[in-house]
Amino acid sequence: MSNLLLIIVPLAGAALAAAWPDNRTRPWLLPVFGLAHVVLTFWLFINPPVVAPGDWFGFDPLARAMLPVVSLLFLVCAAYGASYLRIRLERPNRAFVALLLAILGLLSAGHQARHLGLLWITTEAVTLATVPLLHFNGTPRAFEATWKYLLVGGTGIALSLLGSFCLGYASLHGGGGGNLTFAALTAQGAGLSRPWVLTAWVLLLVGYGTKMGLAPMHTWKPDAYGEAPSIVGAILAGGVTTVAFTAILRVRAVVGAAGEGPIADRTLLFIGLFSMLVAALFLLGTRDFKRMLAYSSVEHMGILSIGAALGPAGVAAALFHVWSNSLTKGALFLSAGNIRRAAGSPAMDDVRGMSMLTPRSAAIFVTGMFAVTALPPFGPFFSELQVLRAALASGQGVATAVFLGCLLLAFFGMTRVVFGIVDGRPSPTTRANAKRFVETAGVIAPPLVLLGLSVWLGLFTPSILREAWLAAVAQLFPTP
Amino acid sequence: MSGGVWMIGHPLLNLLIGLAMGLNLLALGSSRLPSIIRAMSVQGMLLGLMPLLLESANLDWRIILVVLATIVGKGLVIPGLLRRAMRAANIEREIQPFLGYVPSLLLGAGGTIAAVALARALPLMPEHAGSLLVPGAIASVLTGFILMIGRVRAISQVCGYLILENGIYLFGLLLIHSTPLLVESGILLDVTVGVFIIGLIVDRIQRAFDSLDTRKLNTLRE
Repeated sequence: MSNLLLIIVPLAGAALAAAWPDNRTRPWLLPVFGLAHVVLTFWLFINPPVVAPGDWFGFDPLARAMLPVVSLLFLVCAAYGASYLRIRLERPNRAFVALLLAILGLLSAGHQARHLGLLWITTEAVTLATVPLLHFNGTPRAFEATWKYLLVGGTGIALSLLGSFCLGYASLHGGGGGNLTFAALTAQGAGLSRPWVLTAWVLLLVGYGTKMGLAPMHTWKPDAYGEAPSIVGAILAGGVTTVAFTAILRVRAVVGAAGEGPIADRTLLFIGLFSMLVAALFLLGTRDFKRMLAYSSVEHMGILSIGAALGPAGVAAALFHVWSNSLTKGALFLSAGNIRRAAGSPAMDDVRGMSMLTPRSAAIFVTGMFAVTALPPFGPFFSELQVLRAALASGQGVATAVFLGCLLLAFFGMTRVVFGIVDGRPSPTTRANAKRFVETAGVIAPPLVLLGLSVWLGLFTPSILREAWLAAVAQLFPTP
Repeated sequence: MSGGVWMIGHPLLNLLIGLAMGLNLLALGSSRLPSIIRAMSVQGMLLGLMPLLLESANLDWRIILVVLATIVGKGLVIPGLLRRAMRAANIEREIQPFLGYVPSLLLGAGGTIAAVALARALPLMPEHAGSLLVPGAIASVLTGFILMIGRVRAISQVCGYLILENGIYLFGLLLIHSTPLLVESGILLDVTVGVFIIGLIVDRIQRAFDSLDTRKLNTLRE
């Protein structure tokens, strides 16, 4: 039952935040409930509960391998959020705080959903809950981003519902009794109607792929990440996308049980490489450092998809990459938020010399950029190395070459933008704007902590984590 | 399985689905926003009636709830919101769509024929074989896509999204007997929350940009 607390506690927090009268103290609810969630999650992580096959929600090995990093990221972002909202007191934050907590609860539900319908409901609810957060800044650009997010994300949701229906019909056609838990669907295996399973796979991959931000369904991402507050970007990139990845992994296991695993793997590999390529090309062209982070996120979702295509070893590497990407991307988003706030613009044409104006944030931003482009000793280096190993071991020579080529292009693209805004002499307007921004411990410590966690993850990956990833792989690829 | 599910090939049901498919073409061929909204809302109400026919043998409160929510939501509330936004923005017509009316109509008609052919290629259960549910679903999803991609006004795009959702609803009716929870909750969530937010955002965009022309939403690009 304690696994349900992971859902209930943040939702209760959301209700409390909605009722809380004071704009000034309300943001403190974020770290309080975030901390409670982390404690609960890690307690469950160390003492994993027994999950009955028929359970609709369960802290099963897959949830255990992913949810802790979401929880951790949320706590750090929550601490940042408390300081961030203190400098934005001019805007009411009731909806902002309540929805962030609600998203934490819904993410916990989505990661733990072991039922096709519940999984869809929770991911849809997360998407809808994100909408008001995107236009927190209230600018026309923010509304434009929200509109695109709703239209593209809504279509993604609709297609994943259609895919869920198709998978349900595949089960019904194969003589299933209407039990849509993933355990039951996997058990039905070869009994599922294959044409319907393939239809369902395409629709679900497109639907949940939209949520993850795989190309060519990624178009909402640069707009949303560019216009939303950084804390929202960090939680979207490191938390919300992971729940869609969980969904794809769970569905992939059903498709594999139905005997269509090779086709699923080929599509995942192709869409992953395509995402990396699209992201790398846009990274070479973008002139906005927050949109840059969005394209970098598309690239890393591509890496996850490639990992998921490469069998058990690849999935283990992908789970590792979920951790390293979420933590590192969080550090980048939060430091980028500081720079954006101080500079007053996200465009590299207006922003220069931030190493003089916000030296600490700029240092974190540069280090984070190197970390996310896979420089040792940070987490992404080791996880991407594992994906590469899995690719070579399964004889994907061409894919490996494309993978490495895209990483190189992305590195060029990102260094171009990052050094463009960090180096040089700041313009007088930027200088004047930056005077209003103080690099307090509250906005510097959180990204620094995330960067530290990324190094720790790369150098000293705890054996309990490796064991959790392998347990998740064993759940997804049951040995007959 | 009790009586209800055998109704799926019922001529009356097929007639309703056929009407809904005709409304798709009406929405595609019309340049006036009120007619698109009307086509969408009538389609929503037709769809709302279908569970009554399908499950007439074993009606329970959940089916009634779905029927009421669909008819009130898709037939009245959402069209009302869209009409209000339309009046506030003082627009009646679509303007120079990306995809003309005749091409989109032809595409829609071709898509409907393709949907019937495609539905034959997919294996159906014996009791669903004579039904138009699958072709109707595919045709509506396609119509929705054409409207979303081909039109400029935010309201037309929202109507496209709703017609796409109607298509998914039609498909869901195949499963309403065996997995009622999935279908019902999906439908209810779609109707209440998703669309409510769309109504809201249309209002906000209209206030922020003083227009519902999505071509003005073009600052964010590479």
